[in-house]
Amino acid sequence: MKIIIIGNGISGITCARWLRKLGDSEITVISSETKHFFSRTALMYAYMGHMRPEDLKPYEDWFWEKNRINLLEAHVDNIDFETKTLATTKGALQYDKLVLALGSKSNKFGWPGQDLERVGGLYHWQDLENMEKYSPGLKHAVIVGGGLIGIEMAEMFRSRKIGVSMLVREASYWNNVLPAEESDMINRHIKSHHIDLRLGVNLDSIQDDGKGAAKSVIIKETQEEIPCGYVGLTAGVSPNIAFLKETGLEVGRGIKVDGHLKTNMPDVYAIGDCAELSDPKPGRRGIEAIWYTGRMMGETAAYNIMGQTVAYDPGIWFNSAKFLDIEYQVYGEVPGKLPEDMSTIYWEHSDGDKAIRINYHKTEKYIRGFNLMGVRYRHEVCEKWLAQKTPVKEVLQNLGLANFDPEFYDEYEADVIQLYNKQEGTNINLKTKRGLDRVLAFLKS
Amino acid sequence: MKLLQTIGSILVIASILVFIGMLGLGTKSINLEALPGNNKHQNAAITEAINELGATGQEVNHIGFVSLASKVIDKANEIQEAKFKASGPPEGVGEWDFRFGGNASAFKQKMSATAVATGPVQSNPWLFFFLTFGLAIIGGLFFILPKFSESAGIKHDGIYHNSLTRGLTLGPRTLALTAGILGVLVYGFFKLSNLFWPLVTTVIGLIFIYFVFIKEKSKGKDPQRSASPAHTGWLGVIAGILLVGFYILLYWTPQYIQNWVSMVDPISNKLNGGNASRWFLYGLLYTVIMAVMGIRMLAKYKHNKYQRVRTYSVIFFQTAFAFLIPQMISKLNAANAYDNPIPAPDLKNMWPLDYSFFFNYRLDEMVSNGSIGIFMLVWGIALFVIGVPVFVFFFGKRWYCSWVCGCGGLAETLGDPFRQLSDKSLRAWQFERYIIHGVMVAAVLMTIGVLYTYFSGSYSVLGINTESLKAWYAFFIGAGFAGIVGTGFYPLMGNRVWCRFGCPLAGYLGLIQKFRSKFRITTNGGQCISCGNCSTYCEMGIDVRSYAQKGQDIVRSSCVGCGVCSAVCPRGVLRLENGSADVSERTKVERNVHIKDLIGEEL
Repeated sequence: MKIIIIGNGISGITCARWLRKLGDSEITVISSETKHFFSRTALMYAYMGHMRPEDLKPYEDWFWEKNRINLLEAHVDNIDFETKTLATTKGALQYDKLVLALGSKSNKFGWPGQDLERVGGLYHWQDLENMEKYSPGLKHAVIVGGGLIGIEMAEMFRSRKIGVSMLVREASYWNNVLPAEESDMINRHIKSHHIDLRLGVNLDSIQDDGKGAAKSVIIKETQEEIPCGYVGLTAGVSPNIAFLKETGLEVGRGIKVDGHLKTNMPDVYAIGDCAELSDPKPGRRGIEAIWYTGRMMGETAAYNIMGQTVAYDPGIWFNSAKFLDIEYQVYGEVPGKLPEDMSTIYWEHSDGDKAIRINYHKTEKYIRGFNLMGVRYRHEVCEKWLAQKTPVKEVLQNLGLANFDPEFYDEYEADVIQLYNKQEGTNINLKTKRGLDRVLAFLKS
Repeated sequence: MKLLQTIGSILVIASILVFIGMLGLGTKSINLEALPGNNKHQNAAITEAINELGATGQEVNHIGFVSLASKVIDKANEIQEAKFKASGPPEGVGEWDFRFGGNASAFKQKMSATAVATGPVQSNPWLFFFLTFGLAIIGGLFFILPKFSESAGIKHDGIYHNSLTRGLTLGPRTLALTAGILGVLVYGFFKLSNLFWPLVTTVIGLIFIYFVFIKEKSKGKDPQRSASPAHTGWLGVIAGILLVGFYILLYWTPQYIQNWVSMVDPISNKLNGGNASRWFLYGLLYTVIMAVMGIRMLAKYKHNKYQRVRTYSVIFFQTAFAFLIPQMISKLNAANAYDNPIPAPDLKNMWPLDYSFFFNYRLDEMVSNGSIGIFMLVWGIALFVIGVPVFVFFFGKRWYCSWVCGCGGLAETLGDPFRQLSDKSLRAWQFERYIIHGVMVAAVLMTIGVLYTYFSGSYSVLGINTESLKAWYAFFIGAGFAGIVGTGFYPLMGNRVWCRFGCPLAGYLGLIQKFRSKFRITTNGGQCISCGNCSTYCEMGIDVRSYAQKGQDIVRSSCVGCGVCSAVCPRGVLRLENGSADVSERTKVERNVHIKDLIGEEL
């Protein structure tokens, strides 16, 4: 069986690896971005000089040949789903099964000047090269968009002592996702890193320097002009599927897939950022452009392709990020705005850059979510509590099980419990302190 | 802040230049009070030679003196050989108490090292101490202290843009490594006048290469991830050359470094009541560097308590156990004018890293010193017989390697800026396993030979001369591997070259860690994003990411538990833990499989 995967990001590569684990088919991965798989999430570290570009590759280059995964550096121009043929820059290819793992592209909202030189997103390898190209001599950069990629880009420029203005549409950083207190913490943290954070503003236009490159941006609300030598467009990403429109493939914002990641075309699957679930689980979005779901989809698609029918199940929601120096982890439901039926306890360290939030059901008192800033919690423990809808009291009494901070770090479980006691008028105490043996016993129980 | 740091760098560079330049200052003349012969018969010949050459009171520069000493000893040898041929040794004198023998270079070296040096260093030792140690400490602190005021967090910006810490491209690195190894082998052949052991070593090396390339099928799998930044860091090369040069002077050509030793005489006198030796100089330098660079670690990881506690620990053990306590014992010896000095070893060092523990002179020292000597013998044996298995069982080898050990302590302080240069390729890991266990076996065999000789009095086991094996081990492993390559190569191959590839004690600790220890690094479910910071900053070259991205717990014999992988992880994925439950299940390949009921074969 000839299987072709378009795209060598985390979804495509995970799929290829599982296909190899599960069988002996002929596997080809096509990409025009780079020959080898690299960790997109680590692009920033190459720019910042923490890592060399080759350190971004999770597998040594001989890995692919050893596992008989063919890598083809080519661009796919179009796909004929009828004849199962790809037209690529390296010629036509036939497939028996096709996996579309096309990833995303940076959003552009039709801003004047958005296609000038010295303007770019941060998603592809080429975006990194573009940033490198214009960084020497760069004094100031403007970043448009306040999500996870925007703050990464700000950190990148700051690592080279380049001034940064960050234009954020929302009234507080990423407050469509983060609850108010956490969002405010990040506002403060961004400013403490000497980043010019502009909240509640939109981009009007990017000004041309007369030679086809950006020289400044203009803010819509104030018409203020900020001179800059680079404009980062980080207002989210969207599925990279332009070339598939009007091919008969059913697309919405992304490529529509069913619960087994199949598209409407025979033997064609779509996974990762470019896939849009027709019927996502309650509380989940159709497109979840994150690393972990990409990995899970890659694995699921491989099983289905190899004839073992498995429904895509992303499990309990989790994610993580790092905002400059503050690590962030989330497990379960942590909406930006607290719904009616949810209660929350929010503990913040007096230094203002660590916080623990625990969400639970207002009346039924079972655990619903964890939000951690500057504190590490154990994924498996939180997941188990959430999956079992464990009473919040029980969670709190055993909160030490969740502690994943390095040894000798201060432990805050008792402080969190005190807050809960105050809020609910209870009198519970911490019963289980952190420790691996206890955790493993709990996970097995 | 920037200005302070610039001044700091200038001061450090100035101190290094003075340190090098001062070696040429002043003159030396023959010390008639301390002739290098082993006894009065040899010294008589040396005196005769001195007179014949008219060398008494002759003031020559440091380099000139080496050739003068050489001439004197050659002449003395000539005189003695003529006498020996004519009439043999005097009544009751052994042949080798009379003749100088083949190893005349030892006498030459000794003569140079004990000569009377005069010059600015000897008249102003404190001035030179200030211009070297003083400026380096002040400059270092100027550079480091402002870091305490920076925001807390990972400080790795620009490491791979910096010429000092960027490392080498694969070609130059291979060249440096090959030149280093061959250089030590060839020099060893000349220095020890022995062809057998250099040849045996070469053959073993070739066998290892065969095993890695052919048996383990590494041929053709070129390691892209070992060392190939776009440019070679030339400042790093210079730093490497300086370090290698320092170790060569210290270990093998001490006749040129008398000014360094004279400079610390006053300090030695205060601490132990006697003049300095080169080992005193080295100990002092080592301790000062660890303290200053330890402060750097404290600033860099001010947000990370594990790193801070660990840094305090290595500084403490170096300062107290390795440096001050032995000085105090020596001082007691000096005060009591013992004929039979109490041994003053580094009490935290242990066999087989301390490979000379069972050498006859050290055993004699301990056995003949009553209860304190016996205590040291028992302590030294208990450390590796009981201490290692018990502590490694509970905490992993980290209790020693990154909390106590001097080599480890230097690697974690002076070496920290270079930790990213360790080679993470599979090939490097394959070499590591052969070499470290090879050294371990060599250390054991050498020690068995030495003990056999100690108890039986015979110098030959199965036709192998135990003394020559001992000398070769001390030269090739003790000095060449641990010093020249182990520390000299910090800026070229990372800060744990010795600990990872060579240290026989690390090999032993590692075996227990692998098979009988609670220690492991756990990974946090599915949170890994494969960014690779953990692998990049693993000084032992463990590809931590390859485990983390599969959700596998990590049990690796080489892990020294420095905790940096956990510190640099941006997503909170790694934790050092002590607990042995479910370890076989949790180290299984591909744990974070999301479709749990079907597990494919290992990729």
